Amino acid sequence: MSRPKAFNTKIKIAFALWWTAWAALQFSVLWGYGLTIVQATVDSLISNWLLAGCCLLIANNMRYYLPGKEKYWYVLAISLALSLMWLLVVRVILGSLFKGDLSYSAILSNSLLIRFGVGLLMLEMVTAMSLLWYSQKEQKNMEERKNDAEKLTKEAELFKLRQQLQPHFLFNSLNSINALIAVKPGEARKMIEQLSDFLRGTLRKEDQQWVNLSEELQYLKLYLDIEKVRFGHRLSDEINCDASAAAMKVPPMLLQPIVENAIKFGLYDTIDDIVIRISAHANNDQLEVVVENPFDPETSNPKQGTGFGLSSVRRRLQLLYARSDLLNTRVEANHFITSVSIPQTI
Amino acid sequence: MKTLIIDDEPLARLLIKEYLQPYPEVEIVQECNDGFEGLKAIQQHQPELIFLDIQMPKINGFEMLELVEQPPAVIFTTAYDEYAIRAFESHAVDYLLKPFSKERFDKAMEKWKESSHAVAAKANTQALIDSVVPTPSQANRIVVKLGGKIKIIPVDEILYLEGADDYVKIFTKEGSYLKNKTMSYFELSLDAQQFVRTHRSYIVNVQLITRIEPYEKDGHLAILKSGAQVPVSKTGYGKLKQVLGL
Repeated sequence: MSRPKAFNTKIKIAFALWWTAWAALQFSVLWGYGLTIVQATVDSLISNWLLAGCCLLIANNMRYYLPGKEKYWYVLAISLALSLMWLLVVRVILGSLFKGDLSYSAILSNSLLIRFGVGLLMLEMVTAMSLLWYSQKEQKNMEERKNDAEKLTKEAELFKLRQQLQPHFLFNSLNSINALIAVKPGEARKMIEQLSDFLRGTLRKEDQQWVNLSEELQYLKLYLDIEKVRFGHRLSDEINCDASAAAMKVPPMLLQPIVENAIKFGLYDTIDDIVIRISAHANNDQLEVVVENPFDPETSNPKQGTGFGLSSVRRRLQLLYARSDLLNTRVEANHFITSVSIPQTI
Repeated sequence: MKTLIIDDEPLARLLIKEYLQPYPEVEIVQECNDGFEGLKAIQQHQPELIFLDIQMPKINGFEMLELVEQPPAVIFTTAYDEYAIRAFESHAVDYLLKPFSKERFDKAMEKWKESSHAVAAKANTQALIDSVVPTPSQANRIVVKLGGKIKIIPVDEILYLEGADDYVKIFTKEGSYLKNKTMSYFELSLDAQQFVRTHRSYIVNVQLITRIEPYEKDGHLAILKSGAQVPVSKTGYGKLKQVLGL
């Protein structure tokens, strides 16, 4: 952990001015009591320099050791001990400097109590101020660290949500390639290329780098083509995209889990051939994408069948826009319809 | 020696066919796209061995096996199935994780040849069916055979279950169906917040109960919306009260 920074120049100047003023005040009081100019000057300079030194000592000390809330007695004790020491030193030095002067000695010993009071107050004030100063700095540091940690967690979660690929998909695709190698090597090679492009697409993108819908649709097409090699006899797709929607932006990989869910739902909930319909249009400043798949209303409960795919999409939208109303599903006859709205302002 | 390949992906079936070429004694009598076709083909051909995928349309591989009266030896082929692998290890002839190599496939065939001399293979399949942990999709539906047809019952439509000797009778609005399972299987696989075993021989869908009446000495009767009356034993009454929050 880094130590908080020491005082800045502005505070240093204020500190110097404060002590100069205080020394001037003490000088005028002592002069008024009938001391000579030399005596008053020496007295006020020495006692105030020493006291200022003590204050700096405390302030610096606090930089490295900040007493906890329950240790306020430490503040009292340390200023008490320091002011007593300071008083002793001042007395010894000034006493020996003007040894022969009886009137000075009298004023010095008479003013000891008031000097002690002033010293104690000064030291306590400085201790309290540095305590506040450094606590505040530490709190700010802590808050910054907390914010950084939260940001990292959010990014990690978004990354993980983007990366969620069903292992089924990868293993089954590899199995299909394995089968194609012997009978149709050309198609096997093509599928390896498609699969690589698809996997590269899942790796390269970051949430901040939004992509055009047309680019994302190409990517979906790649995914659908791979699935069609596996389920060619049953699976077909229809993609409709308005010209105005094509240039709109989407977070990368947001639509793929929705299509994956639609394919899975469609393929495993019916035994017929299925069509996955994807359509996109602009709605004011929002992009609306609708994915449609058939299902069997008699045997499945679409509410339960949302699965991982849609909950991860919902979570991502929540993290990106802080809204939970952007993803909606509905049932029309024997079609399950997932629609997602993507605001165009981040 | 007859065999069947049941998998919804044509390329996956193609691969098994290719791997089976060096085994002239093995005759592939049919390829099936899903569990419905699979079930029919098993009854028709009575194969000795089947290659079975788990994830298939409508009913999965396990659900299909449950409906077969005398299940043949099974080699499972699947991409990834966390629920099933444990059961495979103890009971199936073997399981092949896709994508699998020719060497791995040959090993499975060898294993099957060794076990097929003993009658153990088929008994193993039965033990597998009995021990397999239901997948989440299985917890939402029950697959039964009615006449020659397969019927899928969503669990929400079940009124109650009644246990008999070695099967369970499932009651719905439309009628009742028999299933070759035990009461404890259903007690485990059905959602405990919705289905309560109120009696040694009864499990009831609590969402459909309209009232509970005292009956005889210590017992109660749960009256359902449909008018059906389901016995509730003393301990069953306690469980029921807990779930209903009484």
